[in-house]
Amino acid sequence: MIELRGVTVAYDEQPVLRDVDLTVAEAELVLVAGRTGVGKSTLLGVLNGLVPAFTGGRLTGDVLFDGRSVVHLPPRDRVETVGYVGQDPSAGFVSDTVEEELAYGMEQLGLPPATMRRRVEETLDLLGIADLRRRNLRTLSGGEQQRVAIGSVLTMHPRALVLDEPTSALDPTAAEEVLATLARLVQDVGVAVVVAEHRLERVVPFADTMVLVTGHEGRVESGDPVELLRTSPVAPPIVELGRAAGWDPLPLTVREARRRARELAVRLDAPDPVADTSASAALRAHGVGVTHGHRVALRDVDVTLAAGSVTALMGRNGAGKSTLLWALQGSGRRDSGRVDVAGADPADLSAEQRRRRVGLVPQTPADLLYLDTVAQECATADRESGAADGAARALLDRLAPGVAAAAHPRDLSEGQRLALVLALVLVARPSVLLLDEPTRGLDYPGKVALGQILSGLATDGTAVLLATHDVEFVAAVAQRIIVLAEGEVVSRGAAATVLGETPAFAPQVQKVLGPGWLTVDQVVRALAAVPAGETLP
Amino acid sequence: MDPEAARLAVTDRTPRLPRDLHPGAWWLWALGLAATASATTNPVLLLTIAAVAGFAVACRRADHPWSRSFQLYLGLAALIVVVRVLARIVLGGGADYGHVLVDLPEVPLPGWVAGIRLFGPVTREYLLGGLYDGLRLATLVVCVGAANSLADPKRLLKSMPPALYEIGTAIVVSVSVMPQLAASVQRVRRARQLRGVSGSRIRRLRGLVVPVLEDALERSLALAAGMDARGYGRSGHLGRRERTVTGTLMLAGLVGICVGTYAMLDHTAPRWLATPMLLVGCAVAVAGFVAAGARVRRTRYRPDHWRLPELVVAASGLAGAVLTYTVLADDVRVLHPAVDAPPVVTLTALVAVLLGAVAAVAAPPPRLASAERVPERAVVR
Repeated sequence: MIELRGVTVAYDEQPVLRDVDLTVAEAELVLVAGRTGVGKSTLLGVLNGLVPAFTGGRLTGDVLFDGRSVVHLPPRDRVETVGYVGQDPSAGFVSDTVEEELAYGMEQLGLPPATMRRRVEETLDLLGIADLRRRNLRTLSGGEQQRVAIGSVLTMHPRALVLDEPTSALDPTAAEEVLATLARLVQDVGVAVVVAEHRLERVVPFADTMVLVTGHEGRVESGDPVELLRTSPVAPPIVELGRAAGWDPLPLTVREARRRARELAVRLDAPDPVADTSASAALRAHGVGVTHGHRVALRDVDVTLAAGSVTALMGRNGAGKSTLLWALQGSGRRDSGRVDVAGADPADLSAEQRRRRVGLVPQTPADLLYLDTVAQECATADRESGAADGAARALLDRLAPGVAAAAHPRDLSEGQRLALVLALVLVARPSVLLLDEPTRGLDYPGKVALGQILSGLATDGTAVLLATHDVEFVAAVAQRIIVLAEGEVVSRGAAATVLGETPAFAPQVQKVLGPGWLTVDQVVRALAAVPAGETLP
Repeated sequence: MDPEAARLAVTDRTPRLPRDLHPGAWWLWALGLAATASATTNPVLLLTIAAVAGFAVACRRADHPWSRSFQLYLGLAALIVVVRVLARIVLGGGADYGHVLVDLPEVPLPGWVAGIRLFGPVTREYLLGGLYDGLRLATLVVCVGAANSLADPKRLLKSMPPALYEIGTAIVVSVSVMPQLAASVQRVRRARQLRGVSGSRIRRLRGLVVPVLEDALERSLALAAGMDARGYGRSGHLGRRERTVTGTLMLAGLVGICVGTYAMLDHTAPRWLATPMLLVGCAVAVAGFVAAGARVRRTRYRPDHWRLPELVVAASGLAGAVLTYTVLADDVRVLHPAVDAPPVVTLTALVAVLLGAVAAVAAPPPRLASAERVPERAVVR
């Protein structure tokens, strides 16, 4: 149905995609994977015309819909064929209620009112959002917003749907909802879906075809997910597990893996219980309460962060995670309770002293950056924190080696930018570090690097608290977990215990091997410990 | 709608279902009331008009956020009256005639502010003059407030003619972007103090402005891409000739309006350039709008229909104004009563201002958001 023939996209003579041939058939779910910044979004943009119309650059080759060349049509004239949903649904909303948003595209097409009315009702039911129809778009949760965004292009009856990381900002449950919706569209409606996604574990089970953007001279490979995942630089934990255990073919779903794992479980002893280090508390908070108007955002939250440990803060979108981080840092609102960091309440201190005790990396780290080059940012940070010249740069080199000093902070990759902001915050040498959603936009290698950074900081004695939705990341780095719901702590404890208790939070390895097993690394180590003769079946 | 269906719709006698009235009807009604109010300083008539507006709001207001704005307008109106009266007391008792109520000592001012007095004797007539004047302005505010709380301002924008569609969209988008910008500023300010604040004022300002602007720029690019990907700006295929005709009509219309307005204000210009030119200019511009609108292939989802109740509502507001400006125009005694006697009211005047209350009865009951929470699947068919 959709065909790319020899498509090459180049920015400043630097090819991002080279000679891409790709066919998307009807009712097919295509997963576009690859490392950050290799051109996944560019590939999606080629399909609906945003590249090069909105991004610049030069496109050669041909894009065909049903054998008809559309490469010269702007996005607005392709809407009946390709519907596009961007990363942040709220950035693309045009009206303010759900119903109007669904109808907007059809109004542009000039469809008769009776047809519009019927399609809006159909779409509301198809996506299960009928009870939201009159709600204001800004009051919806992230998952609801994403489903409305999908609905708003579906009403135009496109034959293919292109989604750029539709679940990157969602909690695990909301992400499941959106993906279930996509699977249903493919199954029942026969829409072809092309989706780019970082957290492959969520999409791989549904995917018919995988497109791997290698980033190597703009080459793109496509084919059966099982084949491509053998060598792919990005792979979900379940595939890593399969690779480590030497399974062939690789399992893609938890169900398949569980069947294969029976023989593995025999070879493995019960996992070692993680020793709970009872180090001294770096931060102690008692009875923290925050209200926004009449709404109670946090109620009676107690937090203790041990020096040298990594704690994860989990919970739904809007459960109060960010509010808690800002309240602990001392600059956010706090109506009751007290916080103690090294004998003082950060809220009573000046911003300057506060930073020396508690560092915080906000959800949009770029808010901290305002200068033209990395070198200027580092030098300014040294001056602001009274650190020795070059301290921030040294930190940055430790966190992410090889960031060009003359580069503009906005041009860095997500991971590099995060490392830069982390360096700016750490240069004040805080004993407690808080991070809000640090894994957003990071691919697997990026997350591994961040995990190593955080573990290194913990080894140096820093207490780390990170708010995140990313279960796999939590399983890899955190020793303790606090789960918030509606502003109250609903469970807390050692990572293995809490993840084991909550099905929605269970990492894939645990789903396969049972409680206690959290990460592939853990399994690999356990396998290595088994005498060699027994390892080979 | 075919004629038969239209006839049925007009003669429909079934009980009225709740629905939103066309926002244009409420605005015409309110403008009619406001026009009536601006023609008089009679406090009895003004208070009646305000009461009529309040009555309609009480009867036909929905429970949307903007519906609650009426109280704000009432407060503003009260403030206007109070300020008007206080100003008269402070800025000199003014009149040296009439009944002195309080004899405040006058504050002597230097010679160069001749003509302005501070305090002094306060007379009843002078106070009443201020009160009447304030009441007139307050009533205008109440009328606008009534329209605002009865009709969704955004829906009004959407009912604009197709040629103005782009402007309407731009206004809607900018209105919804403002809160986002405020949130962005707040977020960046909070983030700023996570890395020390040093250096000059300019540098600190830069730390705030640069991230906010970058954020806004990224946001607007995302919005533009999103709108384009949803089909915004599909112009259809327009021939060269049609473009020329539309452009010429618009330009000629604008020139006509400009020349007409100039001639109206400049009394030395020939008279045929004044009103006639203005009218011709308006007509040509309207023709341009129609030509531009005719090529737009865009439809509206659940448009507001103009039916009998809309007509009655608009007429009930405008009829009062027409009566006031024609029948009552010469009746200075009623429209602008003297301040040394109680104001008088004639039956015609009372009818003129009470006509507006018909709207409250003629309009169908509004659709309440709180009543729509029930599962709707059954209603949909």
